[in-house]
Amino acid sequence: MLLIPCPWCGPRDEAEFHYGGQAHVPYPEAPAALTDEEWARYLFFRDNPKGPFAERWSHAAGCRRWFNAVRDTATNEILAVYKAGEERPAPVEPRAANPARLGVPPLGESEDEPEGRSTTTGPQPTTHREAAAVGVPGQAFRRSAGGRVDRNDQLTFTFDGAAYQGFRGDTLASALLANGVIAAATSIKLGRPRGIFSAGVEEPNAVVQIEEPFPEPMLPATTVELYDGLVASSLPGQGRLATEPDPARYDAVHAHCDLLVVGAGPAGLAAAAAAARSGARVVLADDQPEPGGSLLGTGEHLDWVTATAARLDAAPEVRVLRRTTVFGYYDDNHLLAVERRTNHLGTEAPDNVSRERVWRIRAHRVVLATGAHERSLAFGDNDRPGVMLAASARTYVNRYGVLPGRQAVVFTTNDSAYPAALDLAAAGVGIAAVVDTRAEPGEWAARARSAGIEVLAGHAVIGTEGVARVTAVTVAPYGESAGQREFAVDLLLVSGGWNPVAHLFSQAGGRLRYDDAPGAFVPDTCRQAVEVAGSAAGTFDLAAVLVQGAAAGARATEAEGCTPEAPGLPAVAAQPQSPPMHVFTVPAPTDAPRFVDLQRDVTVHDLARATGAGLRSVEHTKRYTTAGTANDQGKTAGVLASGIVAELLGVDISALGTTTFRPPYTPVSFATLAGRDRGALHDPVRVTALHAWHVQHGALFENVGQWKRPWYYPQDGEDMEAAVLRECRAAREGVAFMDASTLGKIDVQGPDAGAFLDLLYTNMMSTLKVGMIRYGVMCRPDGMVFDDGTVIRLAQDRYLVTTTTGNAAAVLDWMEEWLQTEWPELRVHCTSVTEQWATVALVGPRSREVLGSLAPQLAVGNDDFPFMAWRETTVAGVDARVCRISFSGELAYEINVSPWHAVDLWEALHHAGAAYGITPYGTETMHVLRAEKGYPIIGQDTDGTVTPQDLGMSWAVSKKKPDFIGKRSYARADTVRADRKHLVGLLPEDPAAFLPEGTHLVADSVLPAPPVPMLGHVTSSYRSAALGRTFALALIKGGRERIGERLYAPVGDRLLPVTVASPVLYDPEGARRDG
Amino acid sequence: MADTALTAQQRSPLAHAADRLAAVTRASGGAIRLAELPFLAQANVRLDAKGAAADDVGLALGVQLPLEPNTVVRAGDLTALWLGPDEWLVVGRPGTQRDLESRIRSAAGDEPVSVTDVSAQRTTVLIAGPRARDLLSHGCSLDLHPRAFGPGRCAQTTLARTQVVLVARDEPRAGFWVLVRSSFADYLKEWVLDAAVEYA
Repeated sequence: MLLIPCPWCGPRDEAEFHYGGQAHVPYPEAPAALTDEEWARYLFFRDNPKGPFAERWSHAAGCRRWFNAVRDTATNEILAVYKAGEERPAPVEPRAANPARLGVPPLGESEDEPEGRSTTTGPQPTTHREAAAVGVPGQAFRRSAGGRVDRNDQLTFTFDGAAYQGFRGDTLASALLANGVIAAATSIKLGRPRGIFSAGVEEPNAVVQIEEPFPEPMLPATTVELYDGLVASSLPGQGRLATEPDPARYDAVHAHCDLLVVGAGPAGLAAAAAAARSGARVVLADDQPEPGGSLLGTGEHLDWVTATAARLDAAPEVRVLRRTTVFGYYDDNHLLAVERRTNHLGTEAPDNVSRERVWRIRAHRVVLATGAHERSLAFGDNDRPGVMLAASARTYVNRYGVLPGRQAVVFTTNDSAYPAALDLAAAGVGIAAVVDTRAEPGEWAARARSAGIEVLAGHAVIGTEGVARVTAVTVAPYGESAGQREFAVDLLLVSGGWNPVAHLFSQAGGRLRYDDAPGAFVPDTCRQAVEVAGSAAGTFDLAAVLVQGAAAGARATEAEGCTPEAPGLPAVAAQPQSPPMHVFTVPAPTDAPRFVDLQRDVTVHDLARATGAGLRSVEHTKRYTTAGTANDQGKTAGVLASGIVAELLGVDISALGTTTFRPPYTPVSFATLAGRDRGALHDPVRVTALHAWHVQHGALFENVGQWKRPWYYPQDGEDMEAAVLRECRAAREGVAFMDASTLGKIDVQGPDAGAFLDLLYTNMMSTLKVGMIRYGVMCRPDGMVFDDGTVIRLAQDRYLVTTTTGNAAAVLDWMEEWLQTEWPELRVHCTSVTEQWATVALVGPRSREVLGSLAPQLAVGNDDFPFMAWRETTVAGVDARVCRISFSGELAYEINVSPWHAVDLWEALHHAGAAYGITPYGTETMHVLRAEKGYPIIGQDTDGTVTPQDLGMSWAVSKKKPDFIGKRSYARADTVRADRKHLVGLLPEDPAAFLPEGTHLVADSVLPAPPVPMLGHVTSSYRSAALGRTFALALIKGGRERIGERLYAPVGDRLLPVTVASPVLYDPEGARRDG
Repeated sequence: MADTALTAQQRSPLAHAADRLAAVTRASGGAIRLAELPFLAQANVRLDAKGAAADDVGLALGVQLPLEPNTVVRAGDLTALWLGPDEWLVVGRPGTQRDLESRIRSAAGDEPVSVTDVSAQRTTVLIAGPRARDLLSHGCSLDLHPRAFGPGRCAQTTLARTQVVLVARDEPRAGFWVLVRSSFADYLKEWVLDAAVEYA
């Protein structure tokens, strides 16, 4: 959602504005002097540059002012706005792209100890193995203590039909692991068993179906918080949509802040803490139930996390959104997030609280502290249940108190798997070996060895065994097949390095660059006000992450004019660092599949087939193989696939890049996106003051724009045909009345009102006398009919313009556009008064008697109150403006009163007309009556290609006025063609044959070979009580010259003969108008 | 139609929903207070803000027409809302619309000024209470924080799917006026009642 700065109202959402096309294209001073080509150039030709472009915009939902904006068409950035009539400002430079990490000192310096930090020891390698304290009754893989689960709150759940126990604080995945269940799916194409692979949103395998309390497909078990009574089942790669309506509430809310911090890990917490007490408005959003991020998984500095979270919760201008995933990053720092509010409560969720909420956040500044995802490696049979990302296994041990297995091999290319191995060992998992591709793995290997763990440097895993779960892992020196060793284990932990979570940064328009040090794509530059901190920026050392986060928060705070504070940061001991090795694939000695995208079953072989077919871009290999297109969007597979394609093509991965990151970051359900905009709230329903009466009297309704208009009022089981014939008969023979309040009404005031309307309408309005009414047609500059209606002259300088129901807002916008941008010198103002008046059409030969009986002060005789006059009087005791106009050809009045009295008037008419059989009628009858008289409905009988002359309304096009909108176009060659389509009547030869609207017309009784020349089409078609037959209106080529001709209308498989007639089929001499 | 006995029989767009609005006020314990303020006199005024008429009209009404965009000036029974650089909405007590219109016209004298009675064009919904801002933020994209939209602010904007004029009342506790086109009032009422479910 762009933020467009209205010159008057300031920045507002793009949705409040209307686009008006290229600016500075003035209306020609003398259109008549232009050649056809010059006039066509004005009408139809506009620039289409790439880059800055001056455009007209209207703040349509705000102050209704037209203004100009210079927008960069390549970036959508609004470079300048200025008022209508002002000169285009000097060229404005586009915003420069900012570095993702502003003012961050080089890595070496940021490793300096932050202020106030002591040098106590950090987590040290455990030198002794804990007694294998494992096992909670019923949960064989649950450690007897530890973790952040609430062991006092035991929960029962069902998976694939079996009942299990877990704890509050578990995810479905951690609870399954606690029960020894790791296989949670079968793969989509190959049907291979797959196990829980990660501990977060990046999960490609364990995507499950929730069965109860409400069916929901394709949720990663690693993100489903456990609740009592949860029923889930494993999926063969695809879920099932619910077949019943979702009973839950979903809603949305707008939020604004100075600083949005995405991610409450160490960097995000530090950033928010720096801003917390500055007075700046801060939102901190994190997808987990509690802050901490990666620290929850490593178990480090949790006291600091708790203390910081408490400070944030207590800060008045800070909002911490837990269980909230920021999933989209749009223009002008508009971000969308989804908060899961009651999912974790299961059946205890209160039904008046929305289950999920979309947050539409507008942030002055954003700090992305979204962390990093560990990536896997492509080796033989790397997909078996029991293969798991190393840091995820560490998370299960520390955060959930769960052992993901008993005996493990750890396979890594970098340091980060070592602390995982040490933590697992300390928790009682046997670490058979750490297999490190690096020949010299450095200090961490020494720590592991001193903890009694075998480290195989320069080695790699080349294959696995096992069906339902890994049973053995084969290891060999990296790049060789000789010297193999096999380990009997049930767990294989993998770390192929880390990918910064750059999704949101990329969505924001940020560019990524490949950084050789971590071997990953990291955020580079972005035009939006965003910074990236922590491992999302490619910084993986915890001390540096904290400093970076605090600095980013402080900079954002200062930029918003507030004073940041230096947040207390935990003491973090410096950790040894050895460079990672950049490895994507491990050569397989066998033809075992090496999976790249587990969710799509895409292998190295598949990617080789793609590059073999000549594909050279990751966007193309993605589409060819589907790698990265599953609902995990390739979080663990994307960069791996890029790396492998680079290897296959023999190019550098930095040159190849990544595929495009698009919202949403994680899947969001349609129910959530729809929110409350469903059912009755999906689209506004506009009603008149008489709506309740129509409902009570059995009206069926027609939608006209957003209005509900009575369509017809069936009585005693009538069908539509019978009801409409009855209503028509009443209007033609007795008296009938209709609610016409929906017609648009615009008050036009000012000394130049007449001159203005003369320019706007094709006919002359300035000569209209006060007290009189004139029908008018409004056209676009191209001469095509845009709207029609009556114009009432209220006073010398005041008119009331009526518009068609659906076009009221468009006509007012149209008036304002011309007034504000072309004719600002005209002293005239336009104000919508559509709802200021309720209007009742009183129609039929007896209407004068009914009106007369209710308006004793009104002289209703034809001489006193002639056609196209209006009078102010009292009708049924209500102040009223009565207009003698007719849309049916009958004697008729339109009575306008305050809507506050509309029911009084309506009921009085109903009562007074009872003696004459007064009949309420709806829009269908109105349409029949007007069609019998050949009155067109703009938008039904016209389609933007029809001139007043085409409608047979040359009489409404002034020959006297020097100019009006559309005039010049009537001299164009195209508008004077003899074969233009004219509005004519059609009479089917069979008086009962009905021509569906849209039916084509052809010349011959036998269809010739295609292409069949089409002469035109039916625009309106009805059964007429007055004519005793069917009839239609149609636009026919050269129609007026064809009157009397027979044409044919293909209806179904028949060609119905029809006769072309004048559009005025009823009372052509107009004898009924005066009663 | 002003100041007459007819006033008693007038029907406002949300008269039929008064009970349901009051029920929210009760059920939420006052956290959300909802009511229609029907029949307020409303005059749309158009004149040149730089011309003499602006001051003359202000003097005659006893309330200056605000020149700062999206602000409100109150004096006595009258509230003047900025709607545009040459457009204001003057709101007064029910039944005073004709008086208002004639006072403005006579104050302007020969200066070109347009005055239109729009009292029935919109009705006014009061949304007040400690959670009023939260309720509005479900459907209003403006920043309604007191720093950004405090007393004296107004805005023409979109609430849910309808255009409104939103006015921050004098004290934060007094909540907001939502002026909505009468034909949209029923839709907006349904939307507000549904949004209030969580607070009631």
